Amino acid sequence: MTELELPPIDYAAIAPILIMLVAAVVGVLIEAFVPRRLRHPVQLPLALLAVLAALTMVVVNADKRVITIGVIAVDGPTLFLQGAILALSAVALLLLGERAVERGGAFVAQAAVTADSPEDRQQAENAGGAGEVYPLTTFAIAGMLIFVSANDLLTMFIALEVFSLPLYLLCALARRRRLLSQEAAMKYFLLGAYASAFFLFGLALIYGFTAGLGDRASGVDFATINAAVANSTASPVLLFAGMALVAIGLLFKAAAAPFHVWTPDVYQGAPTPLTGFMAACTKVAAFGALLRVFHVAFEGARWDFTPVLGAVAVLTMLVGSLFAVTQTDIKRLLAYSSIANAGYLLVGVLAPGSEGLSGTMFYLVAYGFTVLAAFAVVTLVRDADGEATHLSRWAGLGKRSPVYASVFTFILLAFAGIPLTSGFMGKVAVFAPALDGGQVWLVVAGVLTSMVLAFPYLRVVVLMWLSEPGDSTPTVAVPGALTSAALVIGVLATLVLGVAPAPLLDLASSAADFVR
Amino acid sequence: MSDFPFLSVLTVAPLVGAVVVALLPRSRPTLAKQVALGWSLLVLVLSVVMWVTFQVDGDRFQFRESYPWIPNWGVNFTFAADGIALVMLMLIAVLVPLVILASWHDAESSKRSVPVYFALLLVLECTMIGVFAAADVFLFYVFFEVMLVPMYFLIGSYGGHQRQYAAVKFFLYSLVGGLFMLAAVIGLWVVGGKTFDWVALSEVDISTGAERWLFLGFFIAFAIKAPFFPFHTWLPDAGGAAPAGAAALLVGVLDKVGTFGILRYCLPLFPDAAQWFAPWALGLAVIGIIYAALLAVGQNDLKRLVSYTSIAHFGFIGVGIFAFTTQAGTGAVLYMVNHGLATGLLFLVVGMLVARRGSALVSDFGGAGKLVPVLAGVFFFAGLASLALPGTAPFVSEFLVLIGTFTVNKPVAVIATLGIILAAAYVLWMIQRTTQGTLNPALTEIDGMKRDLNLREKVVVAPLIALIVVLGFYPKPVTDVINPAIQATMEDVGRTDPVPSAGTVQEASR
Repeated sequence: MTELELPPIDYAAIAPILIMLVAAVVGVLIEAFVPRRLRHPVQLPLALLAVLAALTMVVVNADKRVITIGVIAVDGPTLFLQGAILALSAVALLLLGERAVERGGAFVAQAAVTADSPEDRQQAENAGGAGEVYPLTTFAIAGMLIFVSANDLLTMFIALEVFSLPLYLLCALARRRRLLSQEAAMKYFLLGAYASAFFLFGLALIYGFTAGLGDRASGVDFATINAAVANSTASPVLLFAGMALVAIGLLFKAAAAPFHVWTPDVYQGAPTPLTGFMAACTKVAAFGALLRVFHVAFEGARWDFTPVLGAVAVLTMLVGSLFAVTQTDIKRLLAYSSIANAGYLLVGVLAPGSEGLSGTMFYLVAYGFTVLAAFAVVTLVRDADGEATHLSRWAGLGKRSPVYASVFTFILLAFAGIPLTSGFMGKVAVFAPALDGGQVWLVVAGVLTSMVLAFPYLRVVVLMWLSEPGDSTPTVAVPGALTSAALVIGVLATLVLGVAPAPLLDLASSAADFVR
Repeated sequence: MSDFPFLSVLTVAPLVGAVVVALLPRSRPTLAKQVALGWSLLVLVLSVVMWVTFQVDGDRFQFRESYPWIPNWGVNFTFAADGIALVMLMLIAVLVPLVILASWHDAESSKRSVPVYFALLLVLECTMIGVFAAADVFLFYVFFEVMLVPMYFLIGSYGGHQRQYAAVKFFLYSLVGGLFMLAAVIGLWVVGGKTFDWVALSEVDISTGAERWLFLGFFIAFAIKAPFFPFHTWLPDAGGAAPAGAAALLVGVLDKVGTFGILRYCLPLFPDAAQWFAPWALGLAVIGIIYAALLAVGQNDLKRLVSYTSIAHFGFIGVGIFAFTTQAGTGAVLYMVNHGLATGLLFLVVGMLVARRGSALVSDFGGAGKLVPVLAGVFFFAGLASLALPGTAPFVSEFLVLIGTFTVNKPVAVIATLGIILAAAYVLWMIQRTTQGTLNPALTEIDGMKRDLNLREKVVVAPLIALIVVLGFYPKPVTDVINPAIQATMEDVGRTDPVPSAGTVQEASR
């Protein structure tokens, strides 16, 4: 009997993932053994420390280019995207951990209590939020880190589940409007499960397709798929069907039309800090995976998938921008805006070469910080019943609290792509390589939908500044230190990346090369 | 002195001033006004020094500065000014202090922060100077777009009736044009070898199809900005709703970015496409002259009326640009300056009238000259300047445009001349209905109408009147600066002036 041999593992390369997983397990243990009132003060610093430690390891690894255990590729894009996820997560954790704005934080104390029962009303009044939020978030972050570094479809699928399941749960944990929150979680879970199934089915078809490689064992790692695309003798129907199904799974997470229908409901129902986390970090993870799959595995089929994905991009931009116009709830508006932004990101994904890759990565970071700042403001505009998200309630906010209205105006101008904000630089960063690669129609669609999308943003600006405040205009809560920090970081990043984007662009373009 | 970084300092200075003014306490509005005025005068002094330093027979682009900004995309902070940009910069520097002085009490009626109003005016000055001083297409685009933001808030927060609607319409129209231009800017970057430098791009050969699309992208943005028919509908709303000072800057300077952009970007960068599209552009310009003038005749709101007259004047500028002769081109640029002075004056005077009467409707006036004779006189002068009476500056430019056009395109020149007749109609009829004739009894009951021009207002109008008269008789200092730049632009397009027949006869007889 031969001795089982472990593959060599580059522990340093996977250290960020390990750190997050360990922190998550420790978090679970804390939930089990630490008294309830101490959990929040312990969990939040632990999660933040873990994120910072992982971020440090990413920086330490900066020059690493290696595939370890055969399934984790640590290369430029991986490190850049992991760094982005961790940096954005740190900001999101600040929002998730805020307890000064609302007593007990944005999360429910005990999710099992029936919604709208007397016990529920009581716990909404004064009970501290559930501590399991932190280990769940940490697990989700770990899953995202694996997701962007996965070097085969199976690992990618596992990572997808690792980061999705905690998110489904977290969606259901809103302190107020719990039925809405639970409904959102249910929708997200059911549709997400479908999407995962599609992904898995596609994976199986691709595996079948690689069997056509005569001299090489079939498999679902990206190098094999890449070779199979070039040389496989199997029917290309397997490839196209498999590619489409895998893409559906990923586009669902990316919130691209027509797989976007969950987005507005989930964004609206989920606790707002979590919405910010999803809008920023899930986007990075989903597009990181899309980039790797289409730039590494299916590179050879570029001519085949570009028209289809291009159509998806155009549809996504159209749906996002047109539906944003009719929204009356700020969270739903931001959800449709996030859908439209997924469309712009797809333009970057379809731009060939390393410039498209670096442009997309830059856009992800720029958008992530801005959207986190946007949701941070949303958590602050509130009245006795919690957040006031209906747009009519925002009328005249500029007079009640000019500082936050100014900040939000700046954020909206960034979304609209006005120069001197990161939103503008991001648009240039994805449109320029796309135009360079001959995708004129995608850029034209992007420009046209940007025009449409400017209108809803402007409508909010008008509401805040040019309308008179009514009796129902809520006041802006005084933010705690955590929310303030998150807001400042988000707004500063938006400004700095808009005025001096060169360092991050340099970083992105030096990172824009996959190991194969 | 010519090594002094005039353009970057001029761009940054108002921004610094804006920050200072915005940080002043809201309870001390007068201090904010004084600081803003002082700052804008400082900018004026610097601009005058720059004007003196500019060498008329020197290089086409002077005061060139360049600092790296985004090396990955080849974007630089490159500033440079040719004669056209120089006169526009001068116009801004002259108008802004006058507007600040004229708007002394405008912000108080709006219940909003007074320092912010003046800070916004200074931010606007910064972006306007930047847009004319930029010699990097990306930088130009940045200023072109950012310019919208202060103007949006000036109209939206401090404007009059229907200000929200007007502000949003202004913003969206401009943004739509800007996004077309963004696509064209990126396209230009791609076909131009990944550089945004104007000089490098002007030497690139572009295939005919691409050139036409890129021209269109830029042209639509500029045509909306200028505005040309049929993209003009935002201007009467914005001009009607904006506070008078902001409206003077909007029509006097901001809109010139459109015509300036056509001269600086559309013509030299896409010369063949410019010639190909010229008949269409001329058509739009001529329609604009006649159509806007007819609409102006029918207006009952003074600010909207002046806005429509401006659209007609932009038609003249458009004709001058697309006639492709040095005379017409020089006339067009001179028109940009003179129109800024004349319409700026007209808007400011209208603002003074409206502030007194509390209404902008023509029908609310009548015989006002009996109550405020000096104001009515200035109003009359501004109106005459606006209809290009000989002896006022606009006449010189209008005449240059028409004769420059007549040598190459007689029908256009003839139709455009009809616009002069209509101009006389709308100006004189407006004057007659507001300040002449029998006194509207309602006016005597309004306290404001009993005050004629005070010293502050006299200081506002005096320099403008002086400039209009001086440039009407002696435009040479300005035309000398403009001429070489226009000649260079026409060379870029590849058009030479037709040889004047009378001149050849004289040469031969000698």
